[in-house]
Amino acid sequence: MTDQVLPQVTDLPSTIAALKERFPNAVKDDTRSGYEGVIVDTACLQEFARVIRDEYGFNYLSSLTAVDYLGHGDHLEVVYHAFRVPSGGKPLVFKAQTDRQDAVIPSLVSIYPGADFQEREAYDLYGIHFTGHPNLKRILLWEGFEGHPMRKDYREAYYEQETKPFDSRWPGGHVFRGEEYNPFGHNVRYPAGFTLDDYKPVTEAEFQQGMALGVDIMGDPAFRTDRLLVNLGPHHPSTHGVFRMMVALTGETVESLEPVMGYLHRNHEKIGERNTWYGNMPFTDRLDYICSMCNNLAYAITVEQMMGGQVSVPYRAEVIRVLMAELTRITNHLWSIGFLLNDLGAFFTPALYAIQTREYILDFFEATAGARMMCNYMRIGGVYKDLTARIRSEAALINDRVRDMDTMEYLDKLINDRLPRSIDELDELLSESEIIKSRCIGVGLLPAEMAIAYSASGPLLRGSGVPYDIRRANPYSIYPELEFDVCTRPNGDIYDRYCVRLDEMRQSVRILKQILPRLKDTQGQPIFGGKTSYSIKVPAGEAYGFAENPKGELGFYLVSTGGGNPWRYHVRAPSFINLTPLGEMCKGQKVADVVAILGSIDIVLGETDR
Amino acid sequence: MSNGEINLRDLQHPDIPVPEEMQSNIAVTSLSSLYNWARSRSIWPLLFGLACCAIEMIATAASRFDLARFGMEVMRASPRQADLMIVSGTVTKKMVVPIVRLYNQMPEPKYVLAMGACASGGGPFKEGYNVVSGIDKYIPVDVYVPGCPPTPQALLYGLIALQKKIEKQSLGVGASVPWYGSGPSEEVPVPILGPDIIDPRHAEVLRKEAKKNRPTPTVAEALAELTKAESA
Ligand code: SF4
Repeated sequence: MTDQVLPQVTDLPSTIAALKERFPNAVKDDTRSGYEGVIVDTACLQEFARVIRDEYGFNYLSSLTAVDYLGHGDHLEVVYHAFRVPSGGKPLVFKAQTDRQDAVIPSLVSIYPGADFQEREAYDLYGIHFTGHPNLKRILLWEGFEGHPMRKDYREAYYEQETKPFDSRWPGGHVFRGEEYNPFGHNVRYPAGFTLDDYKPVTEAEFQQGMALGVDIMGDPAFRTDRLLVNLGPHHPSTHGVFRMMVALTGETVESLEPVMGYLHRNHEKIGERNTWYGNMPFTDRLDYICSMCNNLAYAITVEQMMGGQVSVPYRAEVIRVLMAELTRITNHLWSIGFLLNDLGAFFTPALYAIQTREYILDFFEATAGARMMCNYMRIGGVYKDLTARIRSEAALINDRVRDMDTMEYLDKLINDRLPRSIDELDELLSESEIIKSRCIGVGLLPAEMAIAYSASGPLLRGSGVPYDIRRANPYSIYPELEFDVCTRPNGDIYDRYCVRLDEMRQSVRILKQILPRLKDTQGQPIFGGKTSYSIKVPAGEAYGFAENPKGELGFYLVSTGGGNPWRYHVRAPSFINLTPLGEMCKGQKVADVVAILGSIDIVLGETDR
Repeated sequence: MSNGEINLRDLQHPDIPVPEEMQSNIAVTSLSSLYNWARSRSIWPLLFGLACCAIEMIATAASRFDLARFGMEVMRASPRQADLMIVSGTVTKKMVVPIVRLYNQMPEPKYVLAMGACASGGGPFKEGYNVVSGIDKYIPVDVYVPGCPPTPQALLYGLIALQKKIEKQSLGVGASVPWYGSGPSEEVPVPILGPDIIDPRHAEVLRKEAKKNRPTPTVAEALAELTKAESA
């Protein structure tokens, strides 16, 4: 990857200047205040993408999303963020604009395969047609759904008002429940004149025909009995939630696989665009619900980026943030290793070990933030509260005793003793196991070039030998002053991903050991440098903030029009995008390996479907 | 077994006394209470997670909180083998179809526990266009556990409440639950994915609404109409 010939100009401004020269009329600066990057004419979008990938080294299309500028120019805009991997640095932002009525934009799937699901999402939620997309159909909602819900003029059944706080929730106003005002008593909305009498729903058969699976279950005369279409999920013990896969099999071997998702699509982004800037914080907890602290952090740094000089995060807050983020990384990797073993057939025993250790960290979260899982702990400009002096476990008795410990002592024991011990224990019990090795080595291969092309991130990318970690490639918080290694493994199979997670936990412990003295040194210093008002206003503009979450790159693309609510609130979810290569990775494998491969990607549905 | 050992005293019929010294060996009891006593202590939940709450459900089943103390550790992936559906998370319109189907596939007697704010009433995502405001809009719920997510302790409390509920049910005539009556109870009609989720039980309301020939009003529109009517 590093032997690629890059042009002389590698810094962003000169790259943009060179590109404008190359495409004289088609590439223009985005001159709106607070915006960055260039606007590319749709006619040469594909050519542009090919040039930046092949000649300028932007080989990684991290995020693709759409914005509806209704009332602010009345157009739809697709925003792309491309990076250089593994060298890092700021992204090249480019945009393409199209009409709202007849929204058509050329697809970039042929250049960046990682655009596949993201374009389908933009089609589903915004109704933008991507010409040349191989499989353009709804991804989060179902075929037959009425409308494109993320458009600004879409009204859901419980629609009250454009932005929060709703008038009906003000003190003195009346509190009411939406269902009382809906003729059906449900959260539903039908087109005019709709009845069930002559309605024919879209059937599963029609749904399957659209899949590129190559098996015609309905009437293939040459249908051989060993060719099968198998449905896995959404109710399945090993899909880590409500995920579904359609698998075409020849005997036991996977011919093709298509993920079907959206069973947990709970409209995070639509709700996020009605919420206030602060109001989104608890919602980010529920994205990747195993790593709420890390989600908080990514959202906070994005909004802080937009606020510019108006907020400054005190040093102690940064220390606490890194403490929380790294502890979360350990809980996540413990969880994912435990459940990978579940998928391999070691039902629940390894997971019990992992969960046991996780509980120690959750106790600390509960004492500090007030909740075990949904911490809602970071604030724009700091954190919510300093560490408590003592950790008391009144609700969760340990052997019928209230445990009462000094927090620093607790952390000290946890970081220097308990966590390394459990990581070693897992390593000892699992890494050399013959069964694990024979099930995992060489299975679910994802070569490095493919991982980059498919926009994979996190342990999935590093398990394929690409040393790309945002904490190093685009540092945030106090990571630059901390010592740690970016863990990679060369082979890109399940076993290597497992090993990367194990290594990363060790690196997290290493970081935490450096955090401990910093915590002691900064005791008593301020932890919040933001605004204390009930609600904040964010200057107009856009920002893409991203952080290295345990599962990969979690990015927030936010657009503000200067008000108290985001105009656009997009989540670049690592679990969602990491699934793009799943079909390719499973091809030619045995059906029993499919769940293991899925387990090794480590997805969480709250984030996949949002 | 609950708390390790069998306590026959729990089963004693209040009106038929057994001599004190024999109470640890002999109990006079009704068939209902014996049956319910056994049933409530070996509930098999459906291995079925929806969202964030499922993580706390798994934590409840793990060693620290140990669901096995209540005879409930046998989580079954097949609905045919399960007695209890713990609806642990946000129910989306897309997912409610399989959930209702799973519920129909569970053999009776069956119970539903709505875990968390989402399953009970829509929770933080209630206003979303793809979110069902509570699973009880489609299937009957026995116990609601509040919280977002409920802590494992809260879930355990909910499960104990379910045990108590089961213990009160009667096999006798005029049964307190449908499955002790005669014949099988009815299946819940499976919703259909149309332009929005369609509950087949709404066919009549749909027909009535269709006559007005307008899209279903949003809450904002309904409210505006209401205030107009009020001021008129
Ligand atoms: S109640 Fe809260 S924790 Fe549970 S599924 Fe809903 S959002 Fe998640």
